[in-house]
Amino acid sequence: MIIKDVLCPFCGCLCDDLAVEVENNKVVDVKHACKIGASKIRGHDRIKAPMMRDDKNGEFREVSYEEAINESARILAKSKRPLLYGWANGLCEMMKKGILLTEEVGGIIDNTASVCHGPSALGVHEKGLPTGTLGQFANRADVVVFWGCNPVQAHPRHMGRYSVFNKGFFANKGRRSRKVVVFDVRKTDTANLADEYVQVKPGEDYMVLSALRAIVAGKGDVVPDTVGGVPKEKLAEVAETMKAAKFGIVYFGMGLTQSRGKYKNIDNAVSLITELNAHGKHSIIPMRGHYNVTGFGNVCAWETGFINAVDMSRGYPYYNPGETCSNDLLMREEIDAAFIIAGDAGAHFPAQSIARMGKVPVIQVDPFHNPTTEMANIVIPTKVSGVELEGTAYRMDGVSLRMRKLVDVDFPSDEEVLDKIIAKVREIKGASS
Amino acid sequence: MSEMLIKNATVYDPINSVNGDLMDVAVRNGKIVDSVGNSAQIIDAGGRLVYPGGVDAHTHIAGSKVNIGRVMRPEDSRLGIKARTKLTRPYTGYTVPNVYAMGYRYAEMGYTTAFEAAIPILKARHTHEELEEIPIIDKGGLTLFGSNWMVMDAIRENDQDRLAAYVAWGLLASRGWGVKIVNPGGGEAWGFGKNVSGLDDTVPNFEVTPRQIIRNLAEVNEKMNLPHSIHLHCNNLGKPGNYETTLASFDICKDIKASRDRQALHVTHVQFNAWGGNHWGDMESKSDAIADYLNKNDFLTIDMGQLIFGSATTMTADGPVQYANARLLKSRWSNGDVELEDSSGVTPLEYHAQNYVNGIMWAIGLELALLTKDPWQVLMTTDHPNGGPYVNYPQVMTLLMSKKKREEAMSKIAEKTFERTSIAGIDRELDWYDIAIKTRAAHAKVLGIVENGKGHLGVGADADIAIYDIKPDQTDATTEYNRVEAAFRRSAYTIKGGVVVAKDGEITATPMGRTYWVRTKVDNGGYDRMMEDLKLKFRNYYSVNMANYMVQDEYVEHPVVVDTEYK
Repeated sequence: MIIKDVLCPFCGCLCDDLAVEVENNKVVDVKHACKIGASKIRGHDRIKAPMMRDDKNGEFREVSYEEAINESARILAKSKRPLLYGWANGLCEMMKKGILLTEEVGGIIDNTASVCHGPSALGVHEKGLPTGTLGQFANRADVVVFWGCNPVQAHPRHMGRYSVFNKGFFANKGRRSRKVVVFDVRKTDTANLADEYVQVKPGEDYMVLSALRAIVAGKGDVVPDTVGGVPKEKLAEVAETMKAAKFGIVYFGMGLTQSRGKYKNIDNAVSLITELNAHGKHSIIPMRGHYNVTGFGNVCAWETGFINAVDMSRGYPYYNPGETCSNDLLMREEIDAAFIIAGDAGAHFPAQSIARMGKVPVIQVDPFHNPTTEMANIVIPTKVSGVELEGTAYRMDGVSLRMRKLVDVDFPSDEEVLDKIIAKVREIKGASS
Repeated sequence: MSEMLIKNATVYDPINSVNGDLMDVAVRNGKIVDSVGNSAQIIDAGGRLVYPGGVDAHTHIAGSKVNIGRVMRPEDSRLGIKARTKLTRPYTGYTVPNVYAMGYRYAEMGYTTAFEAAIPILKARHTHEELEEIPIIDKGGLTLFGSNWMVMDAIRENDQDRLAAYVAWGLLASRGWGVKIVNPGGGEAWGFGKNVSGLDDTVPNFEVTPRQIIRNLAEVNEKMNLPHSIHLHCNNLGKPGNYETTLASFDICKDIKASRDRQALHVTHVQFNAWGGNHWGDMESKSDAIADYLNKNDFLTIDMGQLIFGSATTMTADGPVQYANARLLKSRWSNGDVELEDSSGVTPLEYHAQNYVNGIMWAIGLELALLTKDPWQVLMTTDHPNGGPYVNYPQVMTLLMSKKKREEAMSKIAEKTFERTSIAGIDRELDWYDIAIKTRAAHAKVLGIVENGKGHLGVGADADIAIYDIKPDQTDATTEYNRVEAAFRRSAYTIKGGVVVAKDGEITATPMGRTYWVRTKVDNGGYDRMMEDLKLKFRNYYSVNMANYMVQDEYVEHPVVVDTEYK
C-alpha cells in the first residue's frame, strides 16, 4: 500500500508530499523525502520498553508503563522546581497536555527554542516580524538571502521546494528568477550555490546589518571601508541588490541567533527588513529546526500568553528569559527534577547545565535512545508522532498541518503518557492537601 | 432532564418585542420553554434586568494574527493575570488575552457567543485550534475572500458559478460561517508592497477592481443563500477622506436583494472608515454623512469599531495599513502574507485622549451609533482589539446611554476634537431596549443565527441568558452610569445553554461551546471548472498539497452545520 501526501516529521519544512509504501504494517519505501526525513520514517533502534534505575551510573531495569508513570508522577509531584523541557519533536495535542501538567506541578515549561531560535522571539518582542507563508516567497521572491543558515545540510528540500530552484507564479523561471545571497562565517554548501557569498567575521553580523541599514537609508558615508571583514563596496552592492528587489526574503538561522549579539542581531535584521519595505516588498523568516518547534511556540502563546520559558510556580504564567529558561535555572542549580520529552537536552545543553541534570532525577519520554537517556533515571518510550500517530504540527512559517499515521504500534502516545501522569499527580497532590 | 426557572425577570428581548416586561423565563435541557415543573432550579431575579446572552458579530479572538500579537507583546500578557483555580485555567493579557481569559471574560460580562472576524483559509486549522480551546462561548468565523486568486480569476473570467463553487469550497475548507472581504484587492497588491487606492483601481496582475470583487461576492453570497451577508472592511481604511470610498462601497450593493430576512451588506468597524479631510492636519468626522446614508437606506448594517483610550493591538488582513501605522507611530510591525489568499499585519499602539486624531476617532464611533436612527443598523463593537479590547463594552454601553457620561469623558479629550466632530451636540441617550439590540439581538440577526436560537429568549431559543444587577425601573442610566457600567462588567448570572457559567462575575462552570459553519451545495458546471482551476493552483503555486489543506473534522469538535444551496 502506498500512502500519499504524507508529512515529514523531521525539520521545519514539514514537507507534505511524501509517498510512503507500507507492507504488513512496516514502512518499506519512502519517496520524495530527503535522506534524513526518510531515515526517520523508516525508523531505527527504538527504546523497547520503559526502564528505571536509581543510580545514574547503574544499569537500567525494564519496568511496566504503570510503574514508570507512577514513579514519574511521584517525582514531579514532590519536586519544588521541576523543569519540563523539550516539546519540539511531538504534536500540538501533547503540548497542550504538557502545559497542563506544568500547571499541576507548578513547574517551568521550556522548549528547544531556548537553545535555538529563542533569541529570535526576543527580537520579535522588540521589533515584530514581517513575514509570510513559504508559498508567498516561492511565488514572488526575486532576491533570496540566507543569513547564518545552511539549508543544504539542515533543511535539505528547502531550496528545491520553497526558496531557490522551484518555479513560482511570478518567479516562473525557477533558479534563474532569483538572485541568491548568502551571509555566513564559512563557505557552506549553501554558499556554493549562491550568486553572492558574503563572508562575515565570526561575531560581527550585527555590524554588517547596521552597515546595510545605513546604506539603504542613504547614509553610506558613515560606513567604514571594511565592516565585519566585508569591504564596503561589497556591502553597497548587496544593499543595492536588496533595495532593487521586487520581493526580497531573508531566511536566517542560528548563525545569527546564537552568535555574538544574539537577539540584538534579530532586532537589527527585522529593522533592516522594515526599512527595505519602503522600497520593495521584503520579508524575513527564521529557519526552524524540529518539525513542530513552531507548534510549541504557538500552543504556548495561546494557552499562556508567552512563547516559551514559562514558570507556573505562582499558579499563573510568568515569563522572563534570562531567569526562566532551562539553562538559567539549571545553572543556578534551582532545578530539582527534570522531565525531558520530545527534545534532547543531553545533546544540546552546556556542561554546567548537564552537571546539574546529573544530580537530579531525570525522566525521559522519547521513542529513541539519545544522550538524554544517559542521564535519565526513568525512560518511557512512546509512539513516533507523524509515523505512528496522527495530529497537528506547525511548519516554520506557522502553517499548521495534520500529520498522518502510517503504521500501527503498541507503544502509547506522548499524550496518553502525559494524561496518566497528570491523573496520578492529581491523585498524589489531592491526597496530601 | 434539567430544568430552571428564572423568576421575576425584567426582560428585554427585542427579537420578540419584549420591552421590559416583568416575567418568568423557563429553561429545559438548555432551551427556552413555556413552562417547567415544580422541581426546577429557581433563580429569583428579583426584578433585575435580563437580556439574552450577548453576541459579538465582529471580534478577533483566535488564529495566527491574535497569536503573533501575543508573541510580540509579552508586556500585554503580563496584564490581567489571574492564577488558576480548581475550575479555571490561568488568565493572561488585556488586548490579546490567552484562550482561557478570552472565553471567561466574555462569559463574566454576560456574553455567550462571539464570531472571529477573519480566517485565512490556509491558516484556518490554527484558528480552529484556538477556538476549540476558548471555553464556554459559542463561536464561528468569517472566511477571507477579498484578495484570493481563485476569487479574482473567476471574476475576471466572468464565471459566477465557478466563483460560488469556490466560495462554498473555501467555507468548507475553513469551516467558516460567512464571506469576509478586507480591503478588496489590496491584499494581493501588498504582495509586492503596493495597495489599491479606490474602488476602480485595477488589482495588479489580476485585472479586476475592488468594485467587481465586492459586487460579485455580494451577488454570489445571496445566490448561495448564506445566513450572513458579505462582511466588508472597506478600502482606504485609516486614511483621512476615506468616507467617500465608504459611501461608494455602500452604493455597490444598493440593488442587491437579500435572500433572507437580513441586510444585503454588512460594513464593519466603520469608525475607521468615516474620516473626512485630506491629511492628519485637517482630519474630521464624517459620521453624519454615513449616518445619513443609513437613515435613508435599510439594505445595510454596520458596526461601530469604537475606540477605547489606552493600549490596543491592531490586527487586520489589511496588510498595507499596518505597515503605514507602524511607520507613522514607529511601532513594532508584524506582517503575515498568506500565499494566493491575503495579507495581514499586527501593530501595537496606544490611543491617547489628548491626541485629537484619536479623539476624533473616539467621537466618530459614538456618533455613528447615535446619529443613525434605527438601532438595528449599528452594532456595538470595538473591533476587538483594534479599537480596544472587548472587556470595555460596558463602558461603551453606558457612553451610549448617558450624555452626562459622555460629557465627563469629553472633558479629558483634546479640545480640537470638538471642532471636527458633532458628538458634543448630540443629546440622544439609548435605553435598555436599544442596548439589548446593539449588544445581542442585532448581532444575531446580522449574522443570521436567530433561527439557530441565538440573540433572543423565545421558546426554542438556546438558554443563553444574562442577568444583571440592575433594576431598570429604579435605575436612571443617564445619571447612575458608574453603577450600570459595573453591573454590565460582572453579570449577576450568565447562563449558557441552561448552565450557570458565571455568578457575580466569577466563573462557575466551563462547558465547551459549539462552532457554527456553513456547507453550501453547488452542483452545476461551475463546480467542475472550479476544481480544475483549484487543482492547477495547488499543483503549481500552493506550498501545501490539496489533500492536506482542508480543516479536518478533528478540529471542530462541537460543530453546528447549516446547509444551504446555490441557485
